[in-house]
Amino acid sequence: MAEAAKFDLKDDSVVVIIGTGAGGGVLANELAQKGVKVVALEAGGRYLPEDYVNDEWESFGQLAWTDPRTTSGDWRVARDFSGLPAWIVKAVGGTTTHWAGASIRFQDHEWKALTTYGAVEGASLMDWPIDAAEMATWYDKAEAKLGVTRSGAFPGLPGNNNYKVFEAGARALGYKEVSTGRMAINSIDNDDRPACQQTGFCFQGCKWGAKWSAAYTDIPKGEATGNLEVRDHSHAARILHDDTGRVTGVEYFDKDGALQFQAARLVAVAGNTFESPRLLLNSASGMFPDGLANSSGQVGRNYMRHTTGSVYGIFEKPVRMWRGTTMAGIVQDEARHDPARGFVGGYELETLSLGIPFMAAFLDPGSWGREFTSALDQYENMAGMWIVGEDMPQADNRVTLSDTVDKFGLKVANVHYSDHPNDIAMRNHAYDRGQAMYKAMGATRTLPTPPYPSTHNLGTNRMSERPEDGVVNRWGQTHDIPNLFVSDGSQFTTGAAENPTLTIVALAIRQADHIAREMQAGNL
Amino acid sequence: MSQLRKQGLTRRALLSRAAAAGALAVAGAGFIAAPDAAWAVEVTAISEHEMATLLQMARDIYPHDRIGDRFYAIAVKGHDSEDHKAMVAEGVAALDAAAKAAGFDSYLAAGWEADRVAILRGLEDTPFFQAVRGGLVTGLYNQKEVWPVFGYEGESFSQGGYIDRGFDDIDWL
Repeated sequence: MAEAAKFDLKDDSVVVIIGTGAGGGVLANELAQKGVKVVALEAGGRYLPEDYVNDEWESFGQLAWTDPRTTSGDWRVARDFSGLPAWIVKAVGGTTTHWAGASIRFQDHEWKALTTYGAVEGASLMDWPIDAAEMATWYDKAEAKLGVTRSGAFPGLPGNNNYKVFEAGARALGYKEVSTGRMAINSIDNDDRPACQQTGFCFQGCKWGAKWSAAYTDIPKGEATGNLEVRDHSHAARILHDDTGRVTGVEYFDKDGALQFQAARLVAVAGNTFESPRLLLNSASGMFPDGLANSSGQVGRNYMRHTTGSVYGIFEKPVRMWRGTTMAGIVQDEARHDPARGFVGGYELETLSLGIPFMAAFLDPGSWGREFTSALDQYENMAGMWIVGEDMPQADNRVTLSDTVDKFGLKVANVHYSDHPNDIAMRNHAYDRGQAMYKAMGATRTLPTPPYPSTHNLGTNRMSERPEDGVVNRWGQTHDIPNLFVSDGSQFTTGAAENPTLTIVALAIRQADHIAREMQAGNL
Repeated sequence: MSQLRKQGLTRRALLSRAAAAGALAVAGAGFIAAPDAAWAVEVTAISEHEMATLLQMARDIYPHDRIGDRFYAIAVKGHDSEDHKAMVAEGVAALDAAAKAAGFDSYLAAGWEADRVAILRGLEDTPFFQAVRGGLVTGLYNQKEVWPVFGYEGESFSQGGYIDRGFDDIDWL
């Protein structure tokens, strides 16, 4: 393997990528494979499967982003976890260490939400400037990269106990689209990584490496080309620009807390839906007083987090849901758009389990007494599922700069979110259906559980056809600044019902192809 | 690092196995002990009465009848500190005052859980109650020793996961 590259701070021929998760990590490798020189700045440290721990709180301490953030709005997360709006990762590989692995494509109509659903009062719905036909080839590449089950030659994973209860309940209700899903978890040995050993703890980093994570796939592969340098513990502070309005590089705090400046030919922001708009806003200058790439005023707006919630069911006999794949199966019958249900868009139901430590923290935050503990007492007999539905983009659900500052003195992100009536109607429908599934299998008690801190964070630098409607164009290139790109979930125009990682990866592969081609043509 | 060492708890079996009657005993200067003397917890910054009240309060907030007092003692032991001393004194005094108003000699003297819970409900928005409850979420449920009571098996990688150990062994569907 070639030595990982080392680039000079003054080398302005490099592409600088901020963040190394599903967007940034994939973009970094894809560009490096094409011969483009890349410096990737990662705020977190480097952890590999041997470092991950099968312990919920210890792992949280190791991997989670726990730097300060503030919250507002009527969402319950703002009350229960006011400093922790999201459960996402600060590490090389980003949240691909933590994700469950569900890898499903948008449904065709979800690229055109406004056209399909019509205008929804209070929602800032738009169509994506790209569509299913264009994305199909990029999804193919993303599925091959991730080794997605039920794509190509990869069989589905076997179902665990939690899935078997879920599947039987779904069948009892007449659901047809029920399976162990399309997962970026090896069902056979692949990519020098073993098949799933049904260990559980998918959220804590897969110690087998059976689940795809950029941390031990794309990142080392990119480094092996000699074209990629990953600087961990490097916290981006500000993107600078010249008098012509083109970005020139990135100021960041290095491992030792010293402020550095890395020159760049092009900058791609992939710090997730909170940090990416925060960085653009914190980069305000005389020329761009409202922040970089913000002539539309859309930077930070339209924050989406999926309409989530969980349903747990308690049964007469043991389930032991924690054994095996955490997200072990899916029901897709409700993912369709069918306004007869009382809401636009749709939702997926996916199995989920938490260990006792996290169940105590998340089952009903703030709750106490026997109603709460008598449920926990039946932990062994519980089955669990998670709701993932399309939430409505709203202009005032947004990331802004807080008055709170981090240890570097940089203003942190305030995350404001309030449910849209469509979100509430969808969640209530999903609670009913989830509870009905478990009751059909004899559940003695069901628990409609409120949303956890967000894991799917989308939309705050949204993609739009017209510059006045959004922050980036169809390539993730900012409308305002030609050599500034956004490469993470913040570019989502709408959220669709599906777990977003596969789409983020597909967009990153496509974006790398575009950037490399435009560089070669001398346009970037 | 175990929860035990993290919170600096001294947990030790007492020499005497003589069982005391009644509820948790204030067993002597500087520590409280179980009625059967199977364990004891030292107190340094707060009083024995305050520790005993915290312990009962912890049980009433998150009652699990198959989890022994010693685990709750570990979970609240962190409040026996100079930093928390004033909050605990004020909080326990408020609890006892509310108990007196309800016709009991003290919070601990209310024999039925429902009576104590009614007292707690009146104080649940106080910083004291929230500090005790919040601390228990990790202080109690993150003790590996209580996980088996819930059937939770914890770490599984070192045992090869569950692929050969019952990930799909459900037999009642």
